[in-house]
Amino acid sequence: MDVNLLPFFEWSEASWIGNAIRDSLWLFPVIEAIHLLGLCVLGGSILVVDLRMLGAGLRNTPIGQLARDVRPWLVASVAVMLLTGTALFASEAIKCYYNTSFWVKMTTLPFALLFTFTVRQRIAQMAGINTSARTRLVALASIALWFTVAAAGRWIGFS
Amino acid sequence: MSILAFLEWVGQTPWSIALHESLYMYPLLESTHVMALGWFVGLAVMFDLRLLGWTFRTVPTTEFTSRLLPWVQAGFAVMFVTGLLLFYAIPVRNYQNIFFRVKMIMLVLAVLNIWYFHNRTERSIGEWDTQARPPQAARVAAVASILLWLSIVVAGRMIAYNWFDCDIQPQSDFINWAAGCVVPLPP
Repeated sequence: MDVNLLPFFEWSEASWIGNAIRDSLWLFPVIEAIHLLGLCVLGGSILVVDLRMLGAGLRNTPIGQLARDVRPWLVASVAVMLLTGTALFASEAIKCYYNTSFWVKMTTLPFALLFTFTVRQRIAQMAGINTSARTRLVALASIALWFTVAAAGRWIGFS
Repeated sequence: MSILAFLEWVGQTPWSIALHESLYMYPLLESTHVMALGWFVGLAVMFDLRLLGWTFRTVPTTEFTSRLLPWVQAGFAVMFVTGLLLFYAIPVRNYQNIFFRVKMIMLVLAVLNIWYFHNRTERSIGEWDTQARPPQAARVAAVASILLWLSIVVAGRMIAYNWFDCDIQPQSDFINWAAGCVVPLPP
């Protein structure tokens, strides 16, 4: 299968969002700053539960309850990241097309999201106060996935 | 010796130049600094949300201070060391960057906020440890913490932009004063 995605990237770059951000001196920095603030909340929401599933952090609180409590913040930060990320992408879509880090990020991101809202969520809900090999494995996979997304995302700017 | 003269000397040391010009070390340090945000600021914000009573309402606050705080502190250590090295790589440019200066001022305020919370507000934690909504003093500290740390993140990101750099003149008198630019007097 050979799909040419370049036209989609060109269309994104030529969209009014892409143009508006490129034409503005401060729009890109502001959107990027919000993207970073989203990263903070997302990182905290993910890590507080992953640490717990590894047997560290808030160990007296059942895993499922922790995951439930933090869920609105997790969902909200993911939404902020996706919205601002799409806007940032539109402003430099062609650059992204030829950027390896971008493709690494876009390949990992769907897995990270899918894993977080299916496997990890289910395992966290079923888990009680004790950790197990399963919760630890899920936490490590979660940290590895989101670490890759964040690292590749930062590296888009370097290349 | 003035701070500026000292930093000009620091910027001429071989290790500073090597770090500044390195192909991978500098970007690696910067990436570590940025990604540790999700760790340090992220977990700090989780703590603040508990102090506000916005979530984790049934988790005792002492759970956070005793079990989560070491992880927040470890994250801060990573931020601090990488931040110090990033400054060391380009000392003069950072020192004369207005966003860097704003960031440092807010960093001091954030530390004062922590100091006050730890030495005053937290003293009575035994009385409100399990309250879903901690007392007002704790909630004020949490709001201050969130606002300060998020502003620090934004100011830190803005250091990358050279809009107000000293070597880009003319700038307004206020900018030159606030950034500590040494501007030659017109002939």
